[in-house]
Amino acid sequence: MNQPFYVAPEQLMKDRADYARKGIARGRALVAVQYVDGILLVSENTSNTLRKISEIYDRIGFAGVGKYNEFDQLRRFGVRNADVRGYQYSRDDVEARSLANEYAQILGQTFTHDVKPYEVEILLVEVGADQNSDQLFHIMYDGTLMDERGLSVLGGDAEAIGGRLRETWLPGDVLDVAVRKCVAALAGPDRTLQADGLEVAILSRSIERRCFKRFDDQEIDAFLS
Amino acid sequence: MVVPFFDVDNDPGSNFTSLLRKVGLDPFAVSSFGDSQQVLAPHATTVLAVRYSDGVIMAGDRRATMGNRIANREMEKVVPADRHSGVAISGTAGVAMDMIKIFQLQLEHFEKLDGRPISLEGKANQLSQLVRANLAGAMQGLGVIPIFAGYDLLRNTGRLWDFDITGGRYEEREFVATGSGGGPASTVLKVGFRPNMSGDDAVDLACRALLEAADVDSATGGPDVLRSIYPVVATISVDGWERRDDADLARRFEALVLEQRQRQDGVSS
Repeated sequence: MNQPFYVAPEQLMKDRADYARKGIARGRALVAVQYVDGILLVSENTSNTLRKISEIYDRIGFAGVGKYNEFDQLRRFGVRNADVRGYQYSRDDVEARSLANEYAQILGQTFTHDVKPYEVEILLVEVGADQNSDQLFHIMYDGTLMDERGLSVLGGDAEAIGGRLRETWLPGDVLDVAVRKCVAALAGPDRTLQADGLEVAILSRSIERRCFKRFDDQEIDAFLS
Repeated sequence: MVVPFFDVDNDPGSNFTSLLRKVGLDPFAVSSFGDSQQVLAPHATTVLAVRYSDGVIMAGDRRATMGNRIANREMEKVVPADRHSGVAISGTAGVAMDMIKIFQLQLEHFEKLDGRPISLEGKANQLSQLVRANLAGAMQGLGVIPIFAGYDLLRNTGRLWDFDITGGRYEEREFVATGSGGGPASTVLKVGFRPNMSGDDAVDLACRALLEAADVDSATGGPDVLRSIYPVVATISVDGWERRDDADLARRFEALVLEQRQRQDGVSS
């Protein structure tokens, strides 16, 4: 009988984490910031159909970076969970916090027990009645759950982008100013990003019931010019 | 109930009813009471839809009855299904309300999962499947007959459908009315219908149809001036669902009642 080689648990976890991080770093980054009327999500994305940012429920949005099929599976789980909960209880009983916990459980469980960890980082945002009650939950590939304030950066090169964004971003920014700051932070000093390479969406307090809105290329152009 | 993380071969897809069944919440599960039992539950009555130049108009009275009692005076039987379509119901109120809720959720659920709305015809089809799923309930007297209408953004026109208790789905070209006062309402619509009516004319016609239905059918509520409760009347055009406000409806019903009074005066003098 063959004895399996002994691998220290530290080593095993480190290998898995490295694997997941490599997968995530290959993709383009995504930022989310509070602006005066809600939460803005901006991502580099050349595809017009395979989306990184989407709607989960009335006041809840989802964003993912890394492997598309994996975070899309998580997104579908979120929509189903929210819709069944809203049907069974009421629309007011659907909240981001409990869903974020579920995501953390799934990602954590997969990270330690399955053959391959998820190569994704996801963000779950909920727009509140005012800026103080906005919520941004950042969930890592290993199930680490972070409750972030004001802004959040996901994906490859997150530190550099976050650094640039923190220098300029203000929570009281109006929408077009916030979009320009996010795009500048994503692009960095040496590049400029065009509307067709961007995905932009908001969760706005001023929209009734379903607060999520996605902008098309023309609208993004208008923000940038 | 916890929604599981589905395997590929067990995935319910974009269908909300399938999802509910997967998690053990079948909304149309009926326990049998035996053959001769009929449940006495509140019933919703007259609803209608009519096409006009920019789309469709939907309308319904506000009364729910249980036997010969008025169960509710301000029930809303005509509601938006999503931005560009509406659903109106007649039949057992409780079942109908749940059917509307599932239907609205189904449209939203699909839109979120697939990233685009269902076509108008697809929506009508979805509703017919819900009616069909309730057949066992209908056999015990808990039937629901809806009307579905909306603005078709692909064809740029208003469209409307009526249904039978088995889920049969019939597209109508001009108008449709159903429920206990559906007969007289249909007659008024049939006589008054003109192709490409203006929105105002069509709203007037819908109000007249409801008034005549309430005149002969005791289960249909007329305009309730005492409590300021008026029927629900809404237009659905390219700009989406828009409900007419009560002040506007009050004026229209006042004019209709005045016209009838003049007619009565003419008869008696």
